[in-house]
Amino acid sequence: MNYSAGKIDVAVVGAGHAGIEAALASARLGCRTAVFTINLDAVGNCPCNPSIGGTAKGHLVREIDALGGEMGRTTDECFIQSRMLNRGKGPAVHSLRAQIDRREYGKIMKHKLELQENLLLKQAEVVDVSRGENGAWNVATRMGAVYEAKAVIFATGPYLSGKIFVGEVSYESGPDGMFPAAYLTGSLKKLGIRLRRFKTGTPARVLRSSIDFGGLEVQKGDDPVVPFSYDTRTPGKNRAVCYVTWTNEKTKKIILDNLNRSQLFTGGITGIGPRYCPSIETKILRFPDKKRHQFFIEPCGLDTEEMYLQGMSTSLPEDVQIAFYRTIPGLEHVEIMRTAYAIEYDCADPLQLSATLEFKDFPGLYGAGQFNGSSGYEEAAAQGLVAGINAALKILGREPMILDRAGSYIGTLVDDLITKGTEEPYRMMTSRSEYRLVLRQDNADERLTPVGRRVGLIFDDRWERFREKEAQKKEELARVRNTILPPAKALNELLVSHETSPVSSGVRLAELIRRPELNYGILSPVDAGRPELPAAVFENVEIELKYEGYIKRQKAQIAEMRRLENRRLPADLDYAKMTGLRREAQEKLQRIRPASVGQASRISGVSPADISVLLIWLGKGEGKAV
Amino acid sequence: MERIVYHPSGDTIAAVSTPQAPGAIGIVRISGPRAREVAGRVFVSAHGKSLDGIRGYTALYGKVRDAGGDIDEAIALNFRAPASFTGEDVVELSCHGGLYVMRRLLKAVLEAGAVAAGPGEFTRRAFLNGKMGLTEAESVMQMVCAQGEQAAKTALAGRGGILERRIRAVRDRLTGAAAHLAAWADYPEDDIPQVTGEELDGALTATKSDLETLLRQFEAGRAIREGVETAIAGRPNVGKSTLMNLLAGCERSIVTQYAGTTRDVVEDTVVLGGVPLRLADTAGIRRTENPVESIGVDRAQRKIRTAQLVLAVFDGSQELDADDRMLLDELAGTPCIAVVNKSDLPQKINLKYIKSKIKRIVIISAVSGTGLDELRDAVQDVLETAKLDPSQGILFTERQRDAARRALDCVNEALDALKSGMTFDAVTVSIEAAVQVLLELTGERATEAVVDSVFRHFCVGK
Repeated sequence: MNYSAGKIDVAVVGAGHAGIEAALASARLGCRTAVFTINLDAVGNCPCNPSIGGTAKGHLVREIDALGGEMGRTTDECFIQSRMLNRGKGPAVHSLRAQIDRREYGKIMKHKLELQENLLLKQAEVVDVSRGENGAWNVATRMGAVYEAKAVIFATGPYLSGKIFVGEVSYESGPDGMFPAAYLTGSLKKLGIRLRRFKTGTPARVLRSSIDFGGLEVQKGDDPVVPFSYDTRTPGKNRAVCYVTWTNEKTKKIILDNLNRSQLFTGGITGIGPRYCPSIETKILRFPDKKRHQFFIEPCGLDTEEMYLQGMSTSLPEDVQIAFYRTIPGLEHVEIMRTAYAIEYDCADPLQLSATLEFKDFPGLYGAGQFNGSSGYEEAAAQGLVAGINAALKILGREPMILDRAGSYIGTLVDDLITKGTEEPYRMMTSRSEYRLVLRQDNADERLTPVGRRVGLIFDDRWERFREKEAQKKEELARVRNTILPPAKALNELLVSHETSPVSSGVRLAELIRRPELNYGILSPVDAGRPELPAAVFENVEIELKYEGYIKRQKAQIAEMRRLENRRLPADLDYAKMTGLRREAQEKLQRIRPASVGQASRISGVSPADISVLLIWLGKGEGKAV
Repeated sequence: MERIVYHPSGDTIAAVSTPQAPGAIGIVRISGPRAREVAGRVFVSAHGKSLDGIRGYTALYGKVRDAGGDIDEAIALNFRAPASFTGEDVVELSCHGGLYVMRRLLKAVLEAGAVAAGPGEFTRRAFLNGKMGLTEAESVMQMVCAQGEQAAKTALAGRGGILERRIRAVRDRLTGAAAHLAAWADYPEDDIPQVTGEELDGALTATKSDLETLLRQFEAGRAIREGVETAIAGRPNVGKSTLMNLLAGCERSIVTQYAGTTRDVVEDTVVLGGVPLRLADTAGIRRTENPVESIGVDRAQRKIRTAQLVLAVFDGSQELDADDRMLLDELAGTPCIAVVNKSDLPQKINLKYIKSKIKRIVIISAVSGTGLDELRDAVQDVLETAKLDPSQGILFTERQRDAARRALDCVNEALDALKSGMTFDAVTVSIEAAVQVLLELTGERATEAVVDSVFRHFCVGK
């Protein structure tokens, strides 16, 4: 028997990384929010790698934090090892990654949800979402509670009709032995939402004491640690190490001999997996000439002996897993605690969404995370934040928050999903952004904190600190631009010792910082007037100077891009009547209904010629179809 | 589905669609919703039939007339929308193609209610009504503008996609480098081979050379297509005007034996070896006290400085004098050919001295016409048009040239970044910018620039 459980503003289905950010944002903006999770012990769970960040993903976490999201703060509170990846490859690709204590992470997040005003965290499986009165949605749980919500955010992760595969064994399940969401799929289909089936996988967790670490390469964290969050003023310390090892010919042989026992190859698994995070069997098949594959052994936390085998996910049977893991140096006697598995799940075609992550055809319904076809905790959290903020802003009758490609990786992620769609679980990469030198992890606050402030998630103390940092940056830039160093002996000796040419007349400090051979640290002995400032300010100033020319160029490209972005397309344009458009373009435009000419130009199958036709129709404004 | 025919301005337009030159047949094309009605007012069928009464792709024979009476005999060819060049209703009136007849007929058609077509407007309507794609439209515009046979060939090659294949090959090399950089940056722990400076330098240097070749060939291609500003220079009475007349095949300049007869810059266009030369016969360059003549000399000097090719004429039957030497000095750095005239007379000139200043020398007799073939070869050589094989695919519009140039700038920037020791993420940005520009070049990416070019070509938004 169903019963009425009352009215709320926002219902969030799922309390993973997307659901958490969505719920916190909506509640913090003043909307009565309820979060439903199948199991309260799975809030903020990390059923795959015990780490947050990484290339491009680290950028996302920084951006989430800059907007007022939670992921960065929580990571800083429970990380056990932190590294800045890609040092030496340039500031555009510097990416922060932290190993976390995964239980601790979930616990902190759960507690934050519980403490949050306006927010109710509930263990319940949502089984039905249907149209209610006055544009509201009725959200029914398996226990028969029916909530009337103004907005519903789907953040179902791999739970939606989840199915696990280990060799010949398969069963319906969520990750980590949780129940799947078995009923919601039918309800979504009934509404007319286009669904598809994706697949992902995870490696085994193994017992620490069964590993021989003797011959393994140790990977330590950075010192000093750079925190994710702009709120973290005293970052914690590294408390764990990771290890590196390699597969070999024997591993390869066992895997190849047993491919017929993986449902990935026998046809049992029909979901599409991520190219960017392949299983070990896929890697071996795709790169047959490679004799060995590197992988990492990472601790799952401080008070557990479970170790994660990063890079070794598989859907082969358990006996094959044991056999091939044991071919690897250090793992000869390894004991598996959790078996590796592949998991299939339902998700929505993101082309149905607008830039607010609301369904174009179902006002009030939003999607985030794996539900939208992405992969990864950080991608999920970023979308959860966008969906949560926009659901709340709409309910409050305010302007939506739309992030564009030029301003953030989050904007790039959303734009890629809703414009190009995705045929596999979408992972963020630095190469997906055309404005990399502008969208750096060191300036995420500069780009997005003013947006977060306007939205209402950046509170006064944080805002004041941000403004102070901006002022410091500005002052320091002015100082190094105006400071002239005389051609003293000490300076020239320093320059020559770093293999850069000495100076014969006074030189501006900024000019020296610009030289590729030099940096702030090196110049400190000759920079007498240097003020005490946070390291982040020096870093930012140095990058701005060294890459000034490139940054200027990218800003010019951005300005050009935004011109096309500012040519808005009415939602009710009838593309079918625009003669001159090729049929494929007509169909795609009709289906995706882009918000701007810029977005239209990024749709695959819409050529520049089609864009020209479109512009000419619009420009003239008198074509009968417009 | 209802198909709506797009009339950008709603008007019925008309223009003479054959070259504005004497020809056997001239055509006035009328396109738009009122094409038959307009045509009906100037055209009278010999058998009393009306254009409205006949099917598409059908012709009527009759006369065209205006208020002043009959203009000419004519054939009216009827096309019904959408089965026409523009996709609209079209009537083509063909007459005997005298310039006078064509002008009078067009005037009559305009008086009957049509509007004069803007440049490229037929093509624009065809494009908007889905009768052709953008690149095709671009090359149609190019064909319409083509001046010589080779230019038309080049435009045709552009339509066949040869240029696109060539650009794609250049782009693939850059994309390969960018992909390696991306994998190396995005998968720091996946044991991707280290990207090296040498690898990047190799790819960039090869790309730079390809782009430079393309740009050089553009210049040669443009010479073929648009012609070359050519100055005929030399001191008075070495035979400049005779040479010009020889090239032009008719008397254009006033030729007398008195030095200083040509007091102004006389212009004419001739086609030599497939290259249209826009000849300017300049006043002889010499120091002069005569004020009128000195204006001419000034102009001549200016012309030499701005010309894309100079034919420097010398009198082979005389010693080089001070004026000749002054001219030779002035030509330093200008693409030029020394034309030693009067080979029919005993030769006294110091060829070695000329050779030390100008690489290419041709000996001719402008009076008898000997040496013309050698001159043609020399022109093709200097302009690099002989080596140009349009079937290889060359850049053929300003837009494409501009894109290639910007791509080259990006490649140079990437090379500079490498040389100065910048981190590879900066190099990547320049490489990717080059790839984007090349995508724009082949029309695979929409940018404001592409769109602007369309607006320019099709005169939209006036």
